[in-house]
Amino acid sequence: MIEIKDVKKSYGVGESSTQVLKGINLLIEDGSFVVILGASGSGKSTLLNVISGLEKPDCGQVLYDGKDICALSDKELTAFRKDTVGFVFQQYFLLPNMTVDKNVRMGADLALNKDYRNIIAAVGLEDKLKKYPSQLSGGEQQRVSIARALAKKPRVLFLDEPTGALDENTGRQVLDYLIGLQKEYKFTMIMVTHNQNIAETADRVVAINSGLIQDDIKNQSIKSAYEIGW
Amino acid sequence: MLVGIKDSFKLFGVSIICCCAVLVCTMFLNFAIDLKSIGDIISTPDARVLYDAQLMTSKVVIAATGLCLLLTSVVTMLFHVKHFIDRHKKDLGILKALGHSNIKIARNFAVFGLSVFVGCIVGFGLAYAVMPRFYALQNKDAIMPDVPLVFHGEVLVYFVILPALAFSAIAVLYACYKLKQPVLSLLKEAAAEGGKKHVSAEKDETPFLKGLSLSVLKGKKVLAFFICFSAFCFSSLIQMGASMDELSSEMMGAMMIIIGVVLAVTTLILAIVTVVNSNRQTIAVMRAFGYTDMQCINSVLGIYRPFAYAGFALGTVYQFGLLKVMVAIVFKDIAGVPEYSFDFAVMAITLAVFIVAYEGLTLLCAKGIKRISLRQIMSE
Repeated sequence: MIEIKDVKKSYGVGESSTQVLKGINLLIEDGSFVVILGASGSGKSTLLNVISGLEKPDCGQVLYDGKDICALSDKELTAFRKDTVGFVFQQYFLLPNMTVDKNVRMGADLALNKDYRNIIAAVGLEDKLKKYPSQLSGGEQQRVSIARALAKKPRVLFLDEPTGALDENTGRQVLDYLIGLQKEYKFTMIMVTHNQNIAETADRVVAINSGLIQDDIKNQSIKSAYEIGW
Repeated sequence: MLVGIKDSFKLFGVSIICCCAVLVCTMFLNFAIDLKSIGDIISTPDARVLYDAQLMTSKVVIAATGLCLLLTSVVTMLFHVKHFIDRHKKDLGILKALGHSNIKIARNFAVFGLSVFVGCIVGFGLAYAVMPRFYALQNKDAIMPDVPLVFHGEVLVYFVILPALAFSAIAVLYACYKLKQPVLSLLKEAAAEGGKKHVSAEKDETPFLKGLSLSVLKGKKVLAFFICFSAFCFSSLIQMGASMDELSSEMMGAMMIIIGVVLAVTTLILAIVTVVNSNRQTIAVMRAFGYTDMQCINSVLGIYRPFAYAGFALGTVYQFGLLKVMVAIVFKDIAGVPEYSFDFAVMAITLAVFIVAYEGLTLLCAKGIKRISLRQIMSE
């Protein structure tokens, strides 16, 4: 269970200071798929960074099973990220001079996962092990990034606009892989997106606007990646 | 303008290397020219022996220091031009796509010669500032007639004007050569051509951190040279400087130690900053995934450690060999020159200081990478 209590976050100092998160309260159940929906500048990516421990809030708490990660030291926070979370980014952030195999191994070695090639197979890239990111399409690169995150066996997977840089067909394919893998491995999945259609595939949609939660809806009819509009 | 004067000043490493080279070479060349002017009036055998020895020493120092530092300056300059082109590939690709020719773009790189000019002119000025004292020490026992200190315009041309022009030309030609690639490959980011050389991934069971280290080294091989050179300068010049008070003068010894420390620190900082900067994205992602700061820094810098210690060992052997040759051949007929033997104590102290400085700098870098965040990388 992840509990977010009255989280506030500002950037800048003095008159140029901007409050990005203005008091967020949220409860996320284990194994659920939550979409944080919002327009550009709404604070959704900052919220993702705070929940995942990449950034500390100015005030408030982020509790994982009752333990506040905002109170952890740098060393403890590193250990927390190592054991608990995985990331998938819109820009992929793959290591350009390393093969698909080595990129995925980056996540796998942290969890001492020797069977990481099963994950590569699960995202349909078993024949691309020796390829470099520049030799792959955008969709394939994003699948490598998903495999890299899952190879470390995270409890929670954070995704920041994972289909933002992909065309419709590739985007649907990547989303389909993600939904399938989440059902198979039963990790908690928290995805940030501005695409309202993608929200229809999640268990729950949290709409955020100007740093505040505007709506929190449980999806009654969850759709597949191929049933939604784009 | 694509390459501005500000970019040229980022090459402070080249300026410092040039400054050191010109300082030493100007002093010895000016001295050699002035020494030759009194060649005809030397009458005693003792003075003739000292005259020949000092002339030979000047030639050896100019050749050894000049060539070594010239080579390093060229490599540093080429590395910077390549690094600049790699970092601005997209901008250069856009310029080419808009119809600018390679030579028109490459001409901008001539401004890099400015850093050489600045380094050389400072070195030249410093040389003339210390030369009166240097001349006096070279003939402190008054065995030879006084050597007059004369300004030689040709030295200014050899060591300031020509290097600045030559380095500008080298920068333009090298940029022109590097720009000879299709517009699309300039526009396309981070194409890993090195991939073909890698071992088959199916058989490659190297752990990620080791694989990353090897990939960092393959991507920036020239930095291994810089780190090796930095340790070489530190080791050879400090050990040589410590032996100089017996063989030459305290002033020469102090000068060598200062040049050694300045050259080593500049080159090392330059190399480390380049390694860390070119791996910022990798470090940010690794930190987000839960790798510790030390794991991150060791995986990108640790691979260069053997080169640093090899450079130190080479520097020790080089200084021993050079001083042995100088004493045995150049000063063989001069009375009162002590026999040179290897000084283990000086070597041990220099090594201890080197270990503290090198490892300390690595630790400082580990602290510095805390500032590299994914948020920062994303916004770039």
